[in-house]
Amino acid sequence: MSKSKKTVFILSLIALLIAVLPLFMLKGAEFGGSDDAGSKVVAEITGTDYKPWVEPVMNRLIGGELPGEVESLLFCVQTGIGVGVVFFFLGRFVERSKWEKETGKKLG
Amino acid sequence: MNLREKKIVSLFAVFAGLFGITPTAYAMHIMEGYLPPKYCIAWGVICLPFLAAGYFAIKKQAAQNRKSMTLLAMAGAFVFVLSSLKIPSVTGSCSHMTGTGLAAILFGPFAVSILGIIVLIFQATLLAHGGLTTLGANTFSMAIAGPILSYGIYILCKKLKVNNNAGIFLAASIGDLFTYCITSFELALAYPSANGGVVVSALKFLGVFAPTQVPLAIIEGILTVIIVIGLETYAKSELIGIGYMDGGVK
Repeated sequence: MSKSKKTVFILSLIALLIAVLPLFMLKGAEFGGSDDAGSKVVAEITGTDYKPWVEPVMNRLIGGELPGEVESLLFCVQTGIGVGVVFFFLGRFVERSKWEKETGKKLG
Repeated sequence: MNLREKKIVSLFAVFAGLFGITPTAYAMHIMEGYLPPKYCIAWGVICLPFLAAGYFAIKKQAAQNRKSMTLLAMAGAFVFVLSSLKIPSVTGSCSHMTGTGLAAILFGPFAVSILGIIVLIFQATLLAHGGLTTLGANTFSMAIAGPILSYGIYILCKKLKVNNNAGIFLAASIGDLFTYCITSFELALAYPSANGGVVVSALKFLGVFAPTQVPLAIIEGILTVIIVIGLETYAKSELIGIGYMDGGVK
């Protein structure tokens, strides 16, 4: 394994651990969004339950809150678009370097 | 979603029905309707010059060096990915990263504003995450202030001859944290504490956001280093094209 490959491997492992460990360390925690905690602070400071003055567009269109499953679908779509673009180009770069190495020509 | 989470969601839904409001329980951005109108407009106006600078930076890059557009697309896609991953943190709540550090390092402090606002509009309209009225404030914290600091730190590390990867790590993770500081500040300006004013209020918001965000900022730093290592290995000519290899962004 080359040096950078090793670095990437170790770094990925650390990132994964940081992301996953809280799930095991804090059993039974809610893992809600920290925005929710944010709105609690707003309520605490203003002393009243804050009522947002506009509703999200999507909620208005479908007349209610976006169902959880659909929301996770849309988040997946977002991730998918991103991952697709990143690795499409990265794949092309990888193949290009391979081709350049094999033929000794430069694509630039 | 597991059963427990479903229960929580339905519980919130019942509450929402009872009070006729729709609490949005996701992390990071200021929610729709949570900033008074004058602040929405003010932050929007503040964003304009940065967005214009970003547009011109991208236009110049496209004219000078068409090949760099692949890297720009990748940097934008990186923001898409990282800001869609909600990750559990040590405080027992979830938050997500920004992903803006990479674009700031590769394309300078301004181009990110355009990439960031695209993501924010996507999330505000489709996901009810963030909001169109708070778009200005969210753009300023995530796509302008954070990246500018990231870029500054990266350049500073270069100047001080810090190891390149360490510089990238610091730039991306501190930029991520700074985004949260600005978000707290924006909320605090709109909701100053009755005793103590904006500062006390800002610290309160920061107290909620910061502990959750620290581990995520570390992950963001790591992921940014990984993708840059990948690019340095396979896309050297593109990186040379945008001036990355000469130790600074054009």
